[in-house]
Amino acid sequence: MNTTWKLLSSIFVTFLKIGPITFGGGYALIPVIEREVVDRRGWLRTQEIADVFAVAGSVPGAVAVNSATYIGYRIAGIRGATAALLGILLPTCCLMIGLSIFYVQMKDNPKIEAAFLSIRVTVVALIAFAAFKIGRTAVIDSTTGSLAVIASLLLFFGNVHPVYVIAFGAAAGIAVVKIRVLLGKDFKLKEEKEVVYDYMI
Amino acid sequence: MHIYLFLTFFLVGLVSFGGGYAMIPMIQEEVVNRHQWMNASQLADIVAVAGMSPGPIATNIAVAVGYREAGLLGASIASLAIVLPSLLLILAVGKLFLRLQENWLVKSSFYGLRPIIAGMIVYAAITFAQQAGMIAQLSWFTWSQILIFIGSLFALIYFRKHPFSVIILSGLVGIALYG
Repeated sequence: MNTTWKLLSSIFVTFLKIGPITFGGGYALIPVIEREVVDRRGWLRTQEIADVFAVAGSVPGAVAVNSATYIGYRIAGIRGATAALLGILLPTCCLMIGLSIFYVQMKDNPKIEAAFLSIRVTVVALIAFAAFKIGRTAVIDSTTGSLAVIASLLLFFGNVHPVYVIAFGAAAGIAVVKIRVLLGKDFKLKEEKEVVYDYMI
Repeated sequence: MHIYLFLTFFLVGLVSFGGGYAMIPMIQEEVVNRHQWMNASQLADIVAVAGMSPGPIATNIAVAVGYREAGLLGASIASLAIVLPSLLLILAVGKLFLRLQENWLVKSSFYGLRPIIAGMIVYAAITFAQQAGMIAQLSWFTWSQILIFIGSLFALIYFRKHPFSVIILSGLVGIALYG
């Protein structure tokens, strides 16, 4: 019992330290996680890190949080997963609450109001940049191109809840691949390269 | 209130494939249109603040919305709700991870999901541009906003600056121009 708690608390502390570094985004974490989890603690082997990011990328959610959760699970089951999850979330949650308090107190200050007139535009640029980066890896042929256009049209003019748009995307992907296989086309899904989402996670 | 916070961000967490910015239309639909906790430009400011903090942007937005609506308890509920679906799914697939990766269904659904996500982010960018007042009649203000937009994109793409430094720099430009 005692050793379990010791293990759980060291999982928690390890990810607590990694948390603030998630600044660079999910995949920037790979070397950091490798150093902490493989070299320092010896919890996993280097080859297993690839599995970790494969799982982290195929379930919804942020890659950084998912990989922490999965590593915790590999080391110590459900309790390990929970310890790692709380560890990686705590620093960023605290910082975010601090920033929120700061924003609420300062938002009526004329200087801060002026700053946000510019920052709001920069946020648009950040989002456009995110679209550009994910678009480059996602839009690989005419089918995926039209899916991207359909998605934004549905949201603009269709007044459709985004959940349905996402479900439609997954269904369309399955249907298109299935039809191509049935038509006997030699259709291979490209091997997944590590998609770099960086700042978007 | 607490239950709605939980349900909203649980739903967002459940479908947040491929990056936080894609979840902005989703969060907007729930927080602004459906529950009317705030208006669109207040949400835009939250997104800006969330971009300044390390950590996943969607989780940061959840914390800020939760805190604004129901204090520390709200922040905890929203942040746990947004990560809970991933936790449950990881526990579920944990043992069969290799089979999942090879799974034909997963691969082909991602083939369709990724472009959809790209389209959603484009939509998010345009709605945010509308709220920022970028798309309005041409005036000195609009021109300055367009210049800030181009400058920010340039800093992100060519100088590979981190969003944090771009946001701070942009804030200083804003104080100089409009302060």
